[in-house]
Parts: sequence; structure tokens; C-alpha cells
Amino acid sequence: MIDARTLDHQYDEENLGFPEPPKAEERKLDIWEKLSLSLVGLGVLIFIVLLFNTPLRGTWLGFILAFAPMVAGGALYFWLSYKNTVPGIKNDGNFYKNITSRGSLGWVAGILMTGFYIVLYWWPQYLEGGVRLVDPSSYAISGAPATHWFLYGFIYTLALIVFGIRMLMRYRGNRYQQIRTLSVMFFQLGFAFILPNVLMLFNQPEYYFSYFWPLKYDYLFPGTVSYLANSPGGFGVFFIFWGLVMSFLAVPVLTYFFGKRWYCSWVCGCGGLAETLGDPWRQLSDKSLKAWRIERWMIHSVLVLIVIVTASLWINSVTQGKVLGEFSGGAAKWYGFFIGAIFSGVVGVGFYPLMGSRVWCRFGCPLAATLGIFQRYFSKFRITTNGGQCMSCGNCSTYCEMGIDVRAYAQKGKNIIRASCVGCGVCSAVCPSGVLKLEGGSFKDRYKGADKPVQAFIDSIKHVP
Amino acid sequence: MHVAIIGNGITGVSAAIRIRQLKPDWKITMISGESDFHFSRPSLMYIYMGHMRYREAKPYENSFWERNDIGLLRDWVLEIDSGAKRLLMHSSDLIYYDKLLIATGSKSNKLGWPGQDLKGVQGLYDLMDLRELHENSEGVKSAVIVGGGLIGIELGEMLHSRGIHVTFLVREDSYWDNVLPAEESALINGLIEQEGMELRLGTELKEIFGDRSGRVRGVETSTGELIDCGIVGLTAGVSPNIDLVRDHEIPTGRGVLVDSGFRTGVEDIYSAGDCAEIVTLGDGRNLIQQVWYTGKMQGKAAGESISGLDTTYEPGVWYNSAKFVNLEYQIYGTVNNAQGTLEIKDEQNLYWEHPNKKHALRLVHDGSKILGINTMGLRYRHRVCEFWIKEKRSVGYVLDNLKEANFDPEFFRRYESEIVGNLKEQQT
Ligand SMILES: Cc1cc2nc3c(=O)[nH]c(=O)nc-3n(C[C@H](O)[C@H](O)[C@H](O)COP(=O)(O)OP(=O)(O)OC[C@H]3O[C@@H](n4cnc5c(N)ncnc54)[C@H](O)[C@@H]3O)c2cc1C
Ligand code: SF4
Ligand code: SF4
Repeated sequence: MIDARTLDHQYDEENLGFPEPPKAEERKLDIWEKLSLSLVGLGVLIFIVLLFNTPLRGTWLGFILAFAPMVAGGALYFWLSYKNTVPGIKNDGNFYKNITSRGSLGWVAGILMTGFYIVLYWWPQYLEGGVRLVDPSSYAISGAPATHWFLYGFIYTLALIVFGIRMLMRYRGNRYQQIRTLSVMFFQLGFAFILPNVLMLFNQPEYYFSYFWPLKYDYLFPGTVSYLANSPGGFGVFFIFWGLVMSFLAVPVLTYFFGKRWYCSWVCGCGGLAETLGDPWRQLSDKSLKAWRIERWMIHSVLVLIVIVTASLWINSVTQGKVLGEFSGGAAKWYGFFIGAIFSGVVGVGFYPLMGSRVWCRFGCPLAATLGIFQRYFSKFRITTNGGQCMSCGNCSTYCEMGIDVRAYAQKGKNIIRASCVGCGVCSAVCPSGVLKLEGGSFKDRYKGADKPVQAFIDSIKHVP
Repeated sequence: MHVAIIGNGITGVSAAIRIRQLKPDWKITMISGESDFHFSRPSLMYIYMGHMRYREAKPYENSFWERNDIGLLRDWVLEIDSGAKRLLMHSSDLIYYDKLLIATGSKSNKLGWPGQDLKGVQGLYDLMDLRELHENSEGVKSAVIVGGGLIGIELGEMLHSRGIHVTFLVREDSYWDNVLPAEESALINGLIEQEGMELRLGTELKEIFGDRSGRVRGVETSTGELIDCGIVGLTAGVSPNIDLVRDHEIPTGRGVLVDSGFRTGVEDIYSAGDCAEIVTLGDGRNLIQQVWYTGKMQGKAAGESISGLDTTYEPGVWYNSAKFVNLEYQIYGTVNNAQGTLEIKDEQNLYWEHPNKKHALRLVHDGSKILGINTMGLRYRHRVCEFWIKEKRSVGYVLDNLKEANFDPEFFRRYESEIVGNLKEQQT
């Protein structure tokens, strides 16, 4: 006999889901946490006041007053809020908190971030106040007044560092996450912020060692190449050489040994921001098959596009415009506008709170596309599944920022070998049964047909859905 | 040919998928009254704690079932009419089957405590319990959980995450020591207290008190202590859910009795997973396995048996893994509990524990070969551990190759040299 309570159960779990259960008591912020948050609030106020043309603007004092309270308060808050907790997974309430579950605050955050990028790209004159505020630091490291791009790099780096501290605290007890986070903080601060500016101080071309073609697409455009080649001091030639080595040697070789993570979740600044500022939203990436299909079409189209644009520019430069006329210049402009600005900036970062932290890396980045092809077919990297231990709980898939349905592989006991996996290692961290391990291993046993990668690659193109 | 499957848990699903692979044109209907689609029962806690939503707890996209032509029906089966080969349903029409699989899972044990039917007293097994827990948490500041075990600590963690104060009443002298050895069990005791939950060991529930409206108000323990609480979680284990067949011609013991091909005593009716009791011919003890991976393996084997293959279920080397709040635990092979219930011939134990109480390793052997491995706060490689146990490797061999078994993420501190040094010392 089946009891009445059971027979009464007719709940529509599909449409109603399970809303947030009641909470006995909110954990109260302690006095230090309150102080640190007040410091952030105060910092925002000071920052806004200093945007106006006060005598402090443009001085070191103004610079420190504008940024130090926000940064110190934020870092302190993250440190305090995790320091007394037992190291472990801290995902409680992620789908209840308004801001991390696409609630109204999430939308506000998304709109503000999107708005910032729109102003940055098209109305930078409105950032004048902020630009002047960072002048002292710009003079100090690059010897020139700040531009809105300097301001952007500065804020970007600060955000990455403050949220990097959050990441370091959140993943106490997980050394993979901690070392990886320190790595992205180091590369952003050193290679994507300080070094390019210092180069300018020495009258050298501003050059980003940690970015290269096709992500930094113009580095192999004929215009940039000839500019670098002709820059005095011979550094420029080295930069061209470096860019070529990174694009055509480092990508296949390092990816062969480590998977694309050597770049995407350890070095790249876009990835670095996604892994730090974007971390609170990683669970919002779409895991459906449909999203995967769109992803493959989109990201590879962008790759094809940038190859065409680059090639046509070179054809044009060699034939002095006789073959393609205005086409290549126009194409490069359009690519810069739609992909370089709108996709990678406005959508890529602005949509963190709505579509998860890796919208650009997953759907748009042409470098991720090339790294992905190498990772999928010509690499030793895989995520190993630990025998039959998976109990299909879905934590891995939920927290995969790339929208990979990790569980679909794990529950079959299969290795996870996906072009898009950036090797962030969070799936492995959140798995309660210790099922997943990122590792390098024999090239040949990763998947069926792995010993004939070229054939597997060709087959996969033939079966594009 | 029409196969009806009662239950859309991992067992029913594994059977359905296997039958579909083997018999592309058979009709398959999977029935459950609990949910429209298969979901992962171990995710119940993650849904409650807000780590994921219900939709993330579903291992397959909704379209998967249609694509694989597996029919789904949301309803309760009231009765099996095995003579006419049909199912009496709660709200839909009769279902006629050619072959039937009973995969109805388990039910929480209720041990007949006074007051166990009050509002606010509940177990944790299904979506009904999850909803009830939601309602029951309203305005509640503290809860008592009766009975240790994995579901107990999960329930504790869930309530704790909502700021509800949790007290465990555990009959044994140490947490889950009817499964874990004394040292591992002691680690769990420490961990529960470290998380800010309370633990009453060697203590039983005497009575549950209610208020006038029939809601739980508090409990009295065997030591005479009175504890106020708004929720009483009963997690004293689960038993096979045989409600449907208890007074039926299908033979039952503690579960539905089946042979190693998952055939019940009635022609064309099979049973597998949590609800099944496999009659083993060897050592005379029947086998009831109530974890996820065994449901998957049994379901798959039952699917083969139903499809006409001559399949014999081989349980293989036992393993399991779980997480106690933040401490991961794995077991491979045979490891005795603190009470020494298992009689292992010439049992010897080597045990290492880190002073920080976050990592431990146990090797069980009989002087010549390795029998079992327990890890706490260490991930070990399934393939390697299983191989050692299956191939009867000596404990010396295991120690010499221990590094090979480590499955912790890269850059994690490795303890194997420390462990091996320590254990070799213990050996001499
Ligand atoms: C909270 C919790 C956490 C767990 N965590 C783990 C873990 O971490 N690792 C692990 O290995 N195992 C875990 N388990 C155990 C694991 O979930 C079970 O072993 C597994 O779900 C059993 O699968 P099953 O398909 O046999 O039964 P079930 O999953 O119970 O499925 C049976 C289904 O049949 C339905 N049903 C029953 N009777 C009828 C009827 N008359 N008509 C229609 N439908 C009916 C039920 O409603 C249910 O949906 C956990 C269990 C619980 C409760
Ligand atoms: S599969 Fe895992 S490691 Fe790869 S991107 Fe997703 S979460 Fe990160
Ligand atoms: S988190 Fe682990 S147990 Fe859960 S579905 Fe993923 S691999 Fe399986």
C-alpha cells in the first residue's frame, strides 16, 4: 500500500522549482566587516567628488584618496568574510542571492558594466575626470599624461586584484586555484599593465607580451608590423618576433603539453578578469546542447573572419591595394568595431552577471578557437574521471564557466576532452566525490581515435551540426 | 514488446537506456510519481542550499527522453496485477506490460518513536521531503537530527546553511562508527563541532514532544536532556521500498528477492537497485546495495537481462565516496568498522593521520594481501586501488607504489612520502 502523503504529491517541480527556504538568522556582519564595507562606500563617494575639477585632482593625494579606500575596503572585506570559515566550497545561496542569480541587482550590475564599456569606447570624453585622477600614476610609469585607455587598464587591474584576493580567500585549501589566481594577478599587473607603460617611458612602442594574434588581432596587421619594424632601438623587431613565436610556436607547443589553460586561465588578461571579477557569476553559463551548437558556429566564424581580414590586409599591402581596393581596410575597421569593441568588451565583460563570466572566451575569442582545436586534437591534456564514482549531482556542470556539461562525460566514466575547457579546475574543486582531475597523460588514450588526430579533426568538420 | 519500469531513479534510467541500446524497437515506459524527469537524489542537498536549482539536478536534458524514445509517465502505480500483466494506476488508465522492472528505491526508516508523526518530524529522501523541509524550516531556530550516517550529516549541513542550530543524537559512541573505523569516525566528531554543530554521542531519542497544534516543540533524550527544536530529522538509515509488493505473490525479504539476473519469483517481473535483495548463492548472505553506483550497475545489468542477454551481476570490488561537510572520504574494498562487526581473517590495519586532522589514510591487509583502503581528505585513483585489491597486491607493494594512487588536484601538497615512512615504521 502506498501512503496518502505520497499519493498527494503532485508538485510541479519543472515550473515551480524549489524557492529559497526560510533562514533562521542572517549571519550578522561583524564590526570589522561593517567598517570595511563603509570604507568602500566612503571610497565611492570620495571618488565621485574627486571626479569634479577639485584642486586635488591630478595630485598624488587625490589619486590615493580616490582609489585606496575602495581597494583597501574591498580587499579587507573579502579577507574578513572568509577568514574564519572552514576551508571548503563556498557556494551556499548562489542561486538565492539576487545579484548572482540574474535578479534585479544582477541586471543593474550588468547594465552598469555594459554602460561603462559603451562610454569607454564611444564617449570617452565623459571619463575625463577619471582620466585626470590617474594622471600622477601615468606620469610615474609611462612618463605621459593618462589617456582613457590608461584609466581603463588601471581599473581593470585593480578589479582583477581585489577580486583575485576574494578568489584566494574563497579557495583556501585548494592550491591549484590559489596558484592559478596568483598567476593571473601577476600577468595582469606586470605584463598587461606595468610593462607596456614602462616601455613607453623608454620611448618604446607600447607592447603587451601577454597578448598576441588572433586575440590581439592588429599585432599581425601590416600597419602594426611596419610601425614596430621602423620603431627606433630595435625593440620593435623583437616584438614582432615575439608575437610570431607566441602565435605560431607557443600555441601548439604549450597546448600540446598543458592544454589551453597555460594561457586561458593562467596568463590571459580577459581570462584573468573572468576568473576573478567574473567568478561570482560562473554558474550562469548556459549548459544546453543548443548553446554548445551556437558556440561552435560562432567562435569558429570569428576565427575565419580574422584570418580573412588579416590575409586581405597583407594582400593589399603587398599589391599596394591593386587587388582588393578598399575592402581590406574596411573589413579591418568592421572587425575592430563589432568583434574587438562590441563583442570582446561590451558583451564580453558587461554580460558577466547575465550570461556567466566567459561569454567572450566561449563564443568569440579567435585565439581560444585555435587553442581549442589544438587542445581537442593535439594535446596531452584531459580531465580524468575517477572510475565509477560520479553520482551525477551536477555541481561540475553548474560551475563550469564555459558551459560544458562535465557531468555528461563524468557519469559515463569518460575523459572530458573539450575544445572550450579553459582548465580553470573549478569542476574538480566542487565535485563532492573527488571524481575529476585535470592532468596530462598519454596523447593516445584520451578518446577513441586519439592516435589519429588529423583524421578525427577532419571527421569532426564533416559532422558539423 | 512493452517494458514498463516503475521508478525513474538511477536504476530505472540505467535499465531504460540499456534496453534502448539493445532493443531499438521495443516500447519502454518509465513511471514515477515523484517527478516528471529523472533527477539526481544526491543533489537534494545542493538544491536546498542554493548551490544549484532543480534543473541543474537533472542529469539529462528534457529532450533526451524523446530523442531516445523512452516514454515517461508521471503517476503512482497502486498495484501490480501480474496475472493480467497490468498496472493499476493512481490517476491514469491501466498499463499493460510484457516485462516489468520494479525499481522503487528506498524509504527512510521510522523506528516507532513516540511523537514521530508530529509536524516538523521528517526524513530526507525525496522531493516530498525537500518541500516539507522547506515548510518546516519556517520560523525554526534549532533542529535535532536523530541517527548518524551520510544523510544525517547532509541534513545537518543543509539546516546549518540556513542558520538553524543543529544537534545530533547518535546512539553509537562515535559518529557513523558502525561503518567507519574509530579513528576516521573521531575525525568526523571533531569536524561536526568545528562547523558549529552539536553532537550528543551514546545518546538516543526517547520522545518527541509537540505543541497543541501538533507541531514538534522539542525532544527528550535517553540521558534525560530536554532539547527545544522546531525540526526533528530522522535519518536512521533507509530500507528497500517494497510498499507495492509487500502483500503480493512476488517473494520479498527485506527487499524484493531476485537472482543474480534480477529476476523475481514471478515470470517477466524484475527488480533492481535500492529496493532489490539479491539472493547470493555463495556465502549465504543476501546482498542489498543502496548507493548510486550500484543502482547504475544493477539497472544496466537488469536491462540486459530483460533484453534477453544472459547476464550475471558481478558486484566487483566495493567502493564509495562521500563528503562530510568539507571532508572528503573514499573507501575501496573491505574496511572494518569501529565495532569490529566484519570478521576479517588475520585483519591488520595501518593508519596514518595528519596532525591537522584533515587527512588520513588506512590500509587494511591480512599480512599478505591488501584488502581495503580508506582515505579522508585525500583523493585516490579508483583504477589503481581497485587493481591492487583485485590482484591481491601485498601491502609492501602498495606502500612502494602509493604515489601512483594519488588523485588529488595538481599542486596539492602530497603526503605519500610522509605516509609511507610512517606506515613502514608501524609495520616493523
Ligand atoms: C539525501 C540522499 C543523499 C544521497 N547521497 C548519495 C551519495 O552521495 N552517493 C551515493 O552513492 N548514494 C547516495 N544516496 C543514495 C542514492 O541516491 C540511492 O542509492 C539511489 O537514488 C537509488 O536509486 P534507485 O533508482 O534504486 O531508487 P530511487 O532513486 O529511490 O528511485 C525510485 C523512484 O521510484 C518512485 N516510486 C516508488 N514507488 C513508486 C510507485 N508505486 N509508483 C510510481 N513511482 C514509484 C520513487 O518515487 C522514486 O522516484 C543518497 C540518497 C539520499 C536520499
Ligand atoms: S570543464 Fe572544468 S576545468 Fe574546464 S572550463 Fe569547465 S569547470 Fe573549468
Ligand atoms: S560534481 Fe562530481 S559527482 Fe557531481 S556530477 Fe560532477 S563529476 Fe559527478
